[in-house]
Amino acid sequence: MKLKSKDLLGLEELSSEEISLILATAQSMKEIFSQEKQKPPSLKGKLIINLFYEPSTRTRTSFEIAGKRLGADTINFDFSTSSMSKGETFKDTALNLHAMKPDIIVIRHSVSGAPQFVANNISASVINAGDGAHEHPTQALLDLFTIKETFGRIERLRVAIIGDISHSRVARSNIWGLTKLGAHVKVAGPPTLIPAHIEKMGIEVFYDVDAAIKDVDVIMCLRIQTERQNQNLLPSLKEYSRFFGINQERLSKAKPGAMVMHPGPINREVEITSDVADGEKSLILKQVANGIAVRMALFYLLAGGNHKNVAH
Amino acid sequence: MLLIKNGRVIDPANNIDNTLDIFINQGKIIRIDKNTDPERVSRDIGKFRIIDASGKIIAPGFIDMHTHLREPGQEGKETIATGCRAAAVGGFTALACMPNTNPVNDNKIVTSYIINKALKEGCVRVYPIGAITRGLKGENLSDIGELKTAGVVALSDDGEPVINAEVMRRALEYVKSFNLTIISHCEDKNLSRSGAMHEGFVSTRLGLPGIPAAAEEVMVARDLILAELTSSCVHIAHVSTAGSVDLIRRAKAKGIRVTCEVTPHHFTLTDEAVTSFDPNTKVNPPLRSQEDREALREGLRDGTIDVIATDHAPHELMAKDIEYTAAANGIVGLETAVSLTLNELVHTNILTINQAIALLSTNPARILGLKGGALHEGEEADITVLDMQREFMVKPETFKSKSRNTPFAHWKLKGGPIMTIVAGNIVWEAK
Repeated sequence: MKLKSKDLLGLEELSSEEISLILATAQSMKEIFSQEKQKPPSLKGKLIINLFYEPSTRTRTSFEIAGKRLGADTINFDFSTSSMSKGETFKDTALNLHAMKPDIIVIRHSVSGAPQFVANNISASVINAGDGAHEHPTQALLDLFTIKETFGRIERLRVAIIGDISHSRVARSNIWGLTKLGAHVKVAGPPTLIPAHIEKMGIEVFYDVDAAIKDVDVIMCLRIQTERQNQNLLPSLKEYSRFFGINQERLSKAKPGAMVMHPGPINREVEITSDVADGEKSLILKQVANGIAVRMALFYLLAGGNHKNVAH
Repeated sequence: MLLIKNGRVIDPANNIDNTLDIFINQGKIIRIDKNTDPERVSRDIGKFRIIDASGKIIAPGFIDMHTHLREPGQEGKETIATGCRAAAVGGFTALACMPNTNPVNDNKIVTSYIINKALKEGCVRVYPIGAITRGLKGENLSDIGELKTAGVVALSDDGEPVINAEVMRRALEYVKSFNLTIISHCEDKNLSRSGAMHEGFVSTRLGLPGIPAAAEEVMVARDLILAELTSSCVHIAHVSTAGSVDLIRRAKAKGIRVTCEVTPHHFTLTDEAVTSFDPNTKVNPPLRSQEDREALREGLRDGTIDVIATDHAPHELMAKDIEYTAAANGIVGLETAVSLTLNELVHTNILTINQAIALLSTNPARILGLKGGALHEGEEADITVLDMQREFMVKPETFKSKSRNTPFAHWKLKGGPIMTIVAGNIVWEAK
């Protein structure tokens, strides 16, 4: 089985079979690297361009390591601004990159739809590394991978996503992925940070975090951007932390086996307290480690590989 | 000299819907009659070009009361000459152009410049709209009397709302001395903020910042209340939401002097179109929800909405071929509006062809106090000829407009203009 599209733009357009294929391939990648004798499949001679229009350390590094482990050539371009300010159109940028004949372009951009715009204009594969508040499919895939690894399944698990749903591409991609794989999803946070009609994605909406987390298996915290205070979406970070943050006391009222996740970078003592982030229920560092396996799997599948060839 | 024979002449202003012949000489309609013997109308009949309009519809010239011609100042997007040609191809014999040019049309010099340039280079009639406030800043009233004397037909700060309610109140009062209508761009900028599309489930899915329907509706409500307070006329530009239609319907029932317009893109498309991330779907007000679109169609059907206007907003490629949130707002409409009206509203039996003609000609003429919008013997011959059956393919590459920013590229539309006559001259005819 292969992925249907040349690109990975979001989990909205993937089938549950495709998501399972990616997770299974990532599992093989992870096993290969935990057993030193195994040789990884090779993407030698393939060119991967990481195009980052937004600052990112973790995600870009994760993509870079994944590419290098497979033997591909990886090049990073970091732009702090959009194409506009350089006097060329975004399409010009895409066509210029295409002229360098990459096999895969990884794009992070602050505007929703930017990776799709590039994908529509070039023949190379495009991987969305986060676009605006639209999707962050590789983050959601590594989250799904981590949940599956921890619980042995995703189906019928209950997952609460807490915080700034409005501005979160991680939330959207996770909602698509989790619901497609049969999990029950809730979102919770202040109503100012819950976007219009999100319940139509097949999820439950809560304004009370305690009510949302009391029976869930996974609590997924989201990063709160400090500028939300100035937009009157929050009175203050202190107030957010008290009423919507995940702390030990709140966690103690949840289901005993509940685990805590966060896509990072975390704001300690805002959306999550240090004792929770560093505690035994935290999956945060596992998420980071699994990100590499998931991104290797995607490179491999999109660069023409077939899952059968990595299975052992 | 023209004789248009055997067409179905529809003139809602005079309650005419009949197969008639129209004789045009020296720019004027000299006779509208049934199966006349041409020889008896004029001895020079041999010199008349005879157009067989059997099976076609003859309407008073269409008037677009909401066009952005961009000249002076943004000639890279459009000029008076190219905008007029686009209008002619689209079946419009006249247009009213918005004052958000550079410099702003808030004084008689710019008004005269536009009028003179249009007389020289424009193939259709051009009626400038003056700014309500100086520089469109929403602070001080323009010299409204002087603008009227120079030739403006209405006032608007279109593109920008008049944020200050007191300024709007004074404008509504003051224009009564000059018999001008205020055209209001209703948008609460605090509510619309940096929104890029309609706020709803689609904006949630796409993660694009949303503009709630309320951003328009609170200003519509305010302007209706101010129109009542001042007993003045207000025309609401580009109505896009169900709530606005409802507010206007109730205001009309109450006797408030309000009229309003809708654009073809708002009665045709919904926010689902943005799923493509095509920046040509980016427009202000944004494409709204399915329920809003249905309410606009109902408002057109029941007469709450008076006018179909294009909000023709040309933009060069640089302003559109970029990231969605950075892209300029606006859609070119002159060359697609009539076909969209026929395809979406008339062929679907939402409107009769007579209602469509009233929305495109009779009513804009009435609201702006223009002479056209009707077919009268002795008056200027401004005529639009329609073919209801002909299939039109939207081809942006052949647009007469300088700009191509349309979300309707490659759409096949049934029905459209085939001839545009201004003051007796055929300014465009389909090949």
